Amino acid sequence: MLLISPTTYIASFLFLTLMGLLYWIILSGMVTTAQEELPAVEFFKGFWIPTFFVVPLLTMRSIAGERSHGTLDTLLTTPTSRGSMVLSKFAGAYLFYLLLWLLTLGFPLLVAKFYPAAAASGQLLEPAPILGSFAFIAVSGVLFISIGIFASSITRSQLVAGMLSFTTLFVVIVGGQQLSSLTPSGAGLSSWISGTIDYLQIFNHLDDFARGIVDTRPLIYYTSLGALLLGMASLAVEAKA
Amino acid sequence: MHYTRRPAPEPMKSTPSIRVQNLTRRFGAVTAIQNVSFTVDHGEIVGFLGPNGAGKSTTMRILSGILSATSGSAWVGGVSVAQHPHDVKRKIGYMPENNPLPQDMRVVEYLRFRARLKEVPTKQLRSTVEAAMETCDLARTARRKIIGTLSKGFRQRVGIADALLGDPQVIIMDEPTIGLDPHQIQGIRRLIDSLRGRMTVVLSSHILPEIERCCDRVVIINQGRIVAAGDHDTLREEFLPGNRFQVEVEGSDAALQAALRTRGIQVELLEATPEQTQRRSLVLRTEDDRTHGVVLLEALQSAEDCRVHSLARLKPNLEEIFLAATKRSWEETIETPRQSDPSPAQPSSTSV
Repeated sequence: MLLISPTTYIASFLFLTLMGLLYWIILSGMVTTAQEELPAVEFFKGFWIPTFFVVPLLTMRSIAGERSHGTLDTLLTTPTSRGSMVLSKFAGAYLFYLLLWLLTLGFPLLVAKFYPAAAASGQLLEPAPILGSFAFIAVSGVLFISIGIFASSITRSQLVAGMLSFTTLFVVIVGGQQLSSLTPSGAGLSSWISGTIDYLQIFNHLDDFARGIVDTRPLIYYTSLGALLLGMASLAVEAKA
Repeated sequence: MHYTRRPAPEPMKSTPSIRVQNLTRRFGAVTAIQNVSFTVDHGEIVGFLGPNGAGKSTTMRILSGILSATSGSAWVGGVSVAQHPHDVKRKIGYMPENNPLPQDMRVVEYLRFRARLKEVPTKQLRSTVEAAMETCDLARTARRKIIGTLSKGFRQRVGIADALLGDPQVIIMDEPTIGLDPHQIQGIRRLIDSLRGRMTVVLSSHILPEIERCCDRVVIINQGRIVAAGDHDTLREEFLPGNRFQVEVEGSDAALQAALRTRGIQVELLEATPEQTQRRSLVLRTEDDRTHGVVLLEALQSAEDCRVHSLARLKPNLEEIFLAATKRSWEETIETPRQSDPSPAQPSSTSV
């Protein structure tokens, strides 16, 4: 259903347009003033912009749509297990999400083709930050898409599912950030609270990955939370037939 | 008992296809079904009837494993639904009410997808789908049509083809003929008739003439309890005992009654409709099953001033049986022994 529905393609179009615009803005910024960071790193720092709308659009109709159509009943009467059903919905949305991000590789490639002089400087297509950032997108994508699938599994309405995943993503991405700025410098917070808050800093994870530091702690954070949400989604599918 | 991927062993044909015992399901404070028990043998076609909200869909959903029961047990093909839900799902083909189908897939794509979901081995996939489409007459023109563009009758056939995939032992269809025109209903009926003996079919429907024609037995549920189960004759004797006759007479009622009384025939006048001048059409009910038309005819002819124009035996149809059965108060179910009462069922305080 994902590849057939027009919502998916609208989401893809918006995503690529937005990211293309962002890349263009970054590059034109580089022309005027010297920047510290490579364009790729700057580009991926804005990963949260499209995530807020692409993830809900890709996942909101996965289970909620089936429920409202009534086709969930026919799915549940087959010998296929709930877990494999939820996993297959997840895999479809996740792979499409990765595909969309892979398509953004086209931006530096296009620039390199049309402005070979700029490409010769080597800053455009620096592989390390691109690979690192993609690794981050792939790992964090597990959590984001699971949030979307879980939100879709607990409701009958696609709209409610979309809203729920948007809000949860907002809390997870931006809320973590705000939590860290809540702690006034100098005030002695106990070490375990500050440790926990540090653990949840998604933007720090991005920085680490972009620099090539593949820490297993964020890896475990994303994948374990994602697995938990998918498990809860299969329970919700069973319970709320 | 081992929990491997192998399905539970096939029972002998003497095991009932479906056995339900004291099944109860509550949704919070509302009891949808209570102590529902019935049995369906292999190869039978059983009609599952009841007013709206009686609990038909709930029972069917419990049997097909979508819902779980609050208490009670159900076995399909000898396998317990609660303990081996996946094995039971391999034996069942289910078509829900309103036949939900994905609007954007083609018929053959959808059926292949469903066959893969039902664990049909890859080698047999093509032949299974072809066989199901042949049975439902979808193999020629409708194959590559998008489901959203099909008419209602074709969509119902796609739903039935989906239920038939993989040759399940039991097919459960929730209102398969709803919204169809009479030709299409006949087509579906012929299809279901062709399944008799091969698989067990449980249908629920409101179209009583069709149920009467194609089902061997009928189970009637009302307000969550079974009120009747059996074939047409058994139900008729239980709910509408006695014989009914339709007579067209010319003459006075009093003379008629007198003549019948002298012969010792107890009748009850159910209906009197004036036909043409002087003539009336009466529906008489005799309590005694043994009263035949011949006796009645003689009695009527012997009445003075009475001329009989026609006499016919009326066999009550399923609709009348259904209405009589569901008029009962909900406390009286099939379990409680019924006292023989000569008058028809009293209208209960709770209206149906």
